[in-house]
Amino acid sequence: MNPYVLDLITASPEVLVLLMGCLILLFDLCVKDPSRTATFVLTQLTFVGAAVLTLFTSTGEVVYAFNGLYVDDLMGDLLKLVLYLTVIVTLFYARPYVLQRPDLRRGEFYLLVLFATLGMMVMISANHLLTIYLGIELLSLSVYALVAMNRDSVASTEAAMKYFVLGALASGLLLYGMSMVYGATGTLSIPEISDALVSNASNPTVLIFGLVFLVSGIAFKLGVVPFHMWVPDVYQGSPTAITMLIGGAPKLAAFAITMRLLVSGLLLLAPDWQGMLLILAVLSLAIGNLAAIPQTNIKRMLAYSTISHMGFVLLGIVVGVVGGDARFALNAYSSSMFYVVAYVMMSVAVFGVIILLSRAGFEADRLDDFKGLNKRSPWFAAVMMMIMFSMAGVPFFVGFFAKFSILQAVVASGQIGLAIYAVLMSLIGAFYYLRIVKIMYFDEPLDETPITAPTDLRVLLSINGVAIALFGLFPQTIMSLCAFSLLRSL
Amino acid sequence: MSGYPLLSLAIWVPILAGLLILAVGRDNNAGLTRVLALIGAVAGLVVTFPLYTKFDAQATVMQFVELSPWIPRFNINYHLGVDGISMPFIILNSFITVIVVLAGWQVIQYKPAQYNAAFLIMSGLFNGIFCALDGILFYVFFEASLIPMYLIIGIWGGHNRVYAAIKFFLYTLLGSLLFLIAQLYLFIYSGGSFSILDWHQMPIPMGPQIAIFMAFLVAFAVKVPMWPVHTWLPDAHPEAPTGGSIVLAAIALKLGGYAFLRFTLPIVPDASHELAWLMIALSLIAVVYIGFVALVQADMKRLVAYSSIAHMGFVTLGFFLFTPLAVEGAIVQMISHGFVAGAMFFCIGIIYDRMHTHLIADCGGIVYKMPVYAAFMMLFAMANAGLPATSGFVGEFMVILGALQVNFWVAAISATTMIVGAAYTLWMYKRVIFGPIANHHVAELTDVNKRELAILMILAFLVLAMGVWPEPVTHIMHTSVNDLLRHVAISKLQ
Repeated sequence: MNPYVLDLITASPEVLVLLMGCLILLFDLCVKDPSRTATFVLTQLTFVGAAVLTLFTSTGEVVYAFNGLYVDDLMGDLLKLVLYLTVIVTLFYARPYVLQRPDLRRGEFYLLVLFATLGMMVMISANHLLTIYLGIELLSLSVYALVAMNRDSVASTEAAMKYFVLGALASGLLLYGMSMVYGATGTLSIPEISDALVSNASNPTVLIFGLVFLVSGIAFKLGVVPFHMWVPDVYQGSPTAITMLIGGAPKLAAFAITMRLLVSGLLLLAPDWQGMLLILAVLSLAIGNLAAIPQTNIKRMLAYSTISHMGFVLLGIVVGVVGGDARFALNAYSSSMFYVVAYVMMSVAVFGVIILLSRAGFEADRLDDFKGLNKRSPWFAAVMMMIMFSMAGVPFFVGFFAKFSILQAVVASGQIGLAIYAVLMSLIGAFYYLRIVKIMYFDEPLDETPITAPTDLRVLLSINGVAIALFGLFPQTIMSLCAFSLLRSL
Repeated sequence: MSGYPLLSLAIWVPILAGLLILAVGRDNNAGLTRVLALIGAVAGLVVTFPLYTKFDAQATVMQFVELSPWIPRFNINYHLGVDGISMPFIILNSFITVIVVLAGWQVIQYKPAQYNAAFLIMSGLFNGIFCALDGILFYVFFEASLIPMYLIIGIWGGHNRVYAAIKFFLYTLLGSLLFLIAQLYLFIYSGGSFSILDWHQMPIPMGPQIAIFMAFLVAFAVKVPMWPVHTWLPDAHPEAPTGGSIVLAAIALKLGGYAFLRFTLPIVPDASHELAWLMIALSLIAVVYIGFVALVQADMKRLVAYSSIAHMGFVTLGFFLFTPLAVEGAIVQMISHGFVAGAMFFCIGIIYDRMHTHLIADCGGIVYKMPVYAAFMMLFAMANAGLPATSGFVGEFMVILGALQVNFWVAAISATTMIVGAAYTLWMYKRVIFGPIANHHVAELTDVNKRELAILMILAFLVLAMGVWPEPVTHIMHTSVNDLLRHVAISKLQ
């Protein structure tokens, strides 16, 4: 068969999403229905189709395509499947919210989500620095537009502007770092960079110099301190449906490019980038948890909580290689991957609850809006409580095993002090999660309005909440899937 | 041995009953949820009876063992089993749950379904703590049990409940997080095992032993609670509802002590011997100093809370004397304190239900209005003070005797509790029960009703029975305690 066709088959999920994106773009022009139900359904079907294609093209082997620009491996497949699921759930949660807001109730919303997802898929499967950059830009540009869609809102416009300017800066840093790596190794292909490092055919000074910029770019995408300034503003300023999209799925893609760039490409430089990431992780844990405490807006609080969660993810990546010994690397990286997946599951759920409580013209994003939720709806108060305890790392919820697996990797690397630091920070974090539970259960409601959310949202949110508890009782499946996929990919 | 997974039943029957109550419970069918809660609690108690009747008191191995893989990736197993030390606590806990459901019968009007469900779920989690033989399984039960207690204090508590609930949660979480790190270290050190029994056999050098001991100490000392990390308890008790106080005193305080026996002594025996002076010193401070602190309390619940800390000082003192008499005395003290402190808090709750106060100054002359109540409270106050022929005496006496075998001065200092304990308990009793009728609230009091009388009679019977004839409790723990001490005497250094 023509090798070009084989390439297209390997990358068929991306091809499908791209084609459908273009088709839906044209199709949406002919839709008269203001609620855009057809566009919504087609978008969701596209993701289902992509999931089917991903499953069918998955061989369990590492397959390169397009002259090594693209790679299809188990880690990528697993992350993509989680990504589709996340986006599908996000769109379901977002649907009633979007319908109530005329500025968001357009075909462009679904299209931009499609293209953002395509960008994330490209990031996950990138095997070349340019592909990584292509994916990041596709994601970023779509998301900038999404944040700004609520164009009459000053907060949204400001958030979009800030995000765009800082995002452009981060892209610039990343590109600059890539050019340095190119200068040092003479290639942009990730496996070839690795080979160049092994054969010592590179200029170490230039390489380390470039690495600093690469790490900065990644840190911006993950939103870790000190590259976190955009996170609280964008989380708070964006419409909740968009915040849910920004806060969840892109972390999967950011994890993937971290693995590809730093682990697949630059593993020999691990002592250097581990040192940098360690600083980022330590700062993120401190700032994320401390700055979340005084927040009165739950989206802003969750932004800081995200920062601290990403600090935890980085901890797993930091302890992979100990003294040149990569024996524990797989354990450490799969812990990080499990943490990201668990985090995305919790993050989507928590924004789902915020959407559940919001109505037309009303955002339930102040902490006070959660007051006395137990009186208004005991079940959804319980779901929110499970999410909060899960984020705080209390068993039997999935968040506990996420923290557990990271901590065991840290202790295995012999850095007990770091582990103690991490648990002390998560103790501080427990305070503001507890405060949400306190607000829901111990306070009197300010607002007795019954919850008006549609049934499908309620059912999905319930499933999501139960999943957090179920995967907390039986975390083995996802844990082993993460470990197995990394074993077959790295 | 029974074919049924008795320990799993002891854990999951109350939890499932709790979830069922949550599912069917509404504000308008409070009666149904109470009946369901009682059925669940009694069923939870009944399934623990075979643990006693079929227990082999001569065996040194774990009994009723259940072992199946839970998270094979980290070699975490669903591993349950009991010995003579843990089995009595499971029965005590299941029994107290029945008392708690009855104690809140008419009193709790706000969200009774959630109230009863929280207690039942917590009861199952506590049983899980007492029979877990896998470190992480122990840990998840240990930490998950914070959630229901947090909600119980925060939702049904007094006016300062939020502060108390958050303080309770964060204090205990701090300890358990360090405990988790210590467990992870043991996991790595043992080459990949979370089995507590494996850790018991594993040699560890002195340096790590001391570090692990300290991590364990922080976790368990907060739970016990030992001086100086005891301050959450006097805040939590007055704000908790009656049922919450009973469970807190009767069961939650036993977790720390039990964990010392299950983790600290057998896993790091050399560090335990090395630092026994520290533990004995902290325990004596708790016994004497906290006893005096109790003397000046104006709030009955705070007073009993401080007296609990002093009694727990006896428990930790007994453990670190390393003689069979003292260790058994400490365990008896824990069980006896479960009944006595539970009964004391129930008595205070009876007054609180009628007068909505637990300040000593608001009471006085209650004996004229509630003679039956006064009689029962007299018995429990005497037991709290350690009067012979009540269960409170047995444990304290055994620990003091054990201390005499080791060091005269330790015994002498600890024996002062007989005086201080009597002073604060009886002085409180005098001010609350005797004297002229203090105010019109007291004048309007009515004596205990049938439900309250039944609970008081059961508790009084147990307090007296254990005081007169402790043999049924002590004979099941002889073998396990001796085996534990034999193990602790062997150095793990190589």
